[in-house]
Amino acid sequence: MSKRTVEVELSTSGLDAQGRPQRIPLVTNDGGAAVALQPPPGLEPDIEGEHMLINIGPQHPATHGVLRLVLELDGETVVRCIPHIGYLHCGFEKIGEYRQYNQIICWTDREDYLNSIGNNVAFALGAERLFGIEITERCKVLRVIASELSRIMSHLVWLGTFCIDIGAFTPFLWAFQRREEIYRLIEKWVGARLTTSATRVGGMAADIPSGWMDGLRQFIRTFPHTLDEIDRVLTRNAIWVGRTVGLGVMTPEEAINWGLSGPMLRASGVDYDVRKDFPYLDYETYDFEVPVGTNGDVYDRYLVRFEELRQSVRILQQAADRLPDGPVNIDDPRVILPPKSKATSEMESMIHHFKVVMEGPRPPIGESYVAVESPKGEKGYYMVSDGTAKPVRWRIRPPSFVNLAAIPKMVEGHLLSDVIAINASIDIVMGEIDR
Amino acid sequence: MSRFEVVRTGASQTGAQPATQRNVSHRGGEANPSAKALQDKFSSAIKRVYVIWAETVVYVNPASAHEIIQWLHDDPSQQYDFLSDVTAVEYRDAEVPIEVVWQLRSLPYRRFLRIKAQLPKGTPLEITSVWDIYKSADWLERECYDMFGIRFRGHPDLRRILMWEQYKEGYPLRKDFPLRGRFSRSEQLRQALAQNPEARYSMEELTIADAFAELPEDMRDRLSKGERTGE
Repeated sequence: MSKRTVEVELSTSGLDAQGRPQRIPLVTNDGGAAVALQPPPGLEPDIEGEHMLINIGPQHPATHGVLRLVLELDGETVVRCIPHIGYLHCGFEKIGEYRQYNQIICWTDREDYLNSIGNNVAFALGAERLFGIEITERCKVLRVIASELSRIMSHLVWLGTFCIDIGAFTPFLWAFQRREEIYRLIEKWVGARLTTSATRVGGMAADIPSGWMDGLRQFIRTFPHTLDEIDRVLTRNAIWVGRTVGLGVMTPEEAINWGLSGPMLRASGVDYDVRKDFPYLDYETYDFEVPVGTNGDVYDRYLVRFEELRQSVRILQQAADRLPDGPVNIDDPRVILPPKSKATSEMESMIHHFKVVMEGPRPPIGESYVAVESPKGEKGYYMVSDGTAKPVRWRIRPPSFVNLAAIPKMVEGHLLSDVIAINASIDIVMGEIDR
Repeated sequence: MSRFEVVRTGASQTGAQPATQRNVSHRGGEANPSAKALQDKFSSAIKRVYVIWAETVVYVNPASAHEIIQWLHDDPSQQYDFLSDVTAVEYRDAEVPIEVVWQLRSLPYRRFLRIKAQLPKGTPLEITSVWDIYKSADWLERECYDMFGIRFRGHPDLRRILMWEQYKEGYPLRKDFPLRGRFSRSEQLRQALAQNPEARYSMEELTIADAFAELPEDMRDRLSKGERTGE
């Protein structure tokens, strides 16, 4: 093995007497440490007014995905923020134009992947509006349970990662422990944890298995205890309050004008919740409260989301109490697959099975925009049909995309370290933003 | 101490709680009162009004779309203060014009209205931006431009948003764009490998922070000869 010697001229950057940058050569002293041959002269020039370009991301744990922020800093203050997105773009909307309605449901899992079962519900509601289908009572209640469970899951991930961003590690572990319980429930129900694909146009992929409600009731009973624990640790914690109060303030008028929705909008004091204002799935018959903040800062967003967790538990309790018996799927062989036993034994069911799988259900010509209250905000599916089995246009109205668009407005004028807190408070999911 | 107000309570305590729509009919049904008001105010600019699945759709003249949306936003009897979405629809039939769609919400009146403007093919796809009315239109219009190539006049920063700036294959959501992209996989790979990894910042970013002067000399040289950077 031959030996190779590499000679490197060591130097360090410094300034000359006129304040111009220069390279200062380094030499090794007796101890072997590198020291400057001639020390850089005197005082540093006044750096006031010199702006620095800082790049955060796309591969950075605190950007919650592949978000890239280019910041112009004056000292430590953000003067300007330019976000870059699109690193996860996979053309969901384009692919949807080549898929039947039931096949698109698998894609809705993958956009807002913290809320996949809630997206399934939202898409099925939109498609059912387009088909003119009224779903069964049992299906409605099951979908409410699914939506609220996924809201709790999504908020727990947000809470945990938000804590980590600010420097509190323990609530992260508590939150993820409880989230795991929900994942186990979801897995028992639909067989998958993350990519659930739980709904179908006109019903659900599966009814809940026997004994499942006991698991849900146990979760409802024990979960508020965890919330109380996290509440005790965080809400009045001096560090927590100091890191969050007064950051990224949006006034109510600004929040509406920037199109913020969900907890972001409500933290600014606007009482707009799709579940109350444009209800779906009979949400008007559930007794729950919509928390509304006062200052529109990061702390209020934390409070609003935290209270939403408690309210979701209330809704889950009511849904568990009222879950009626009866069929989950509607009785319409044009959109719903017949049971497998019938499809292999009855001629008519076999034909229906073949038609639904091969040709797909066909909605009438028309369009619909159905919005639901996802954990991130107003999530809308706009579908246009020309009477064929595949949509002409499938548009996702991504709440985190619109919420993130306001980040330059929120971070400018704040310190660099607060950018992380403000970004975390938006609760973004890049899968949904880039789609 | 709770700085936190819970303003809404359950349905039992508020009488005005709207209900989930049931048995929505395909065509017909009660139109949003704003559609009538629009027809009275802008008679010639309103081309067609119909109700589909209980949602009111108003087709407007593209030239007056901005004026109409401005009026819907400002008029105290309408107050469409929330822009849910800006998007476009291209139909499979090549004869049908491309439609720009605005989904508007009035939070005070709990109303929902869909405004559409048709842009015939063969003409430049251009329409006035509503960014000066709704700041939320900023990214939504950029995405619409990125995906459909519709230019929004008056938008302050109409750049590609999901695709990168040097993307040359066209507008992905147009019907003449193939699902797998215009170029072959090998060409796409070749282009990806030919990307300049130094080009992490757009020219705009380099100028605002005076970072241009600190770039390596060869890169400065290439940039001054007109090479584009950015994503």
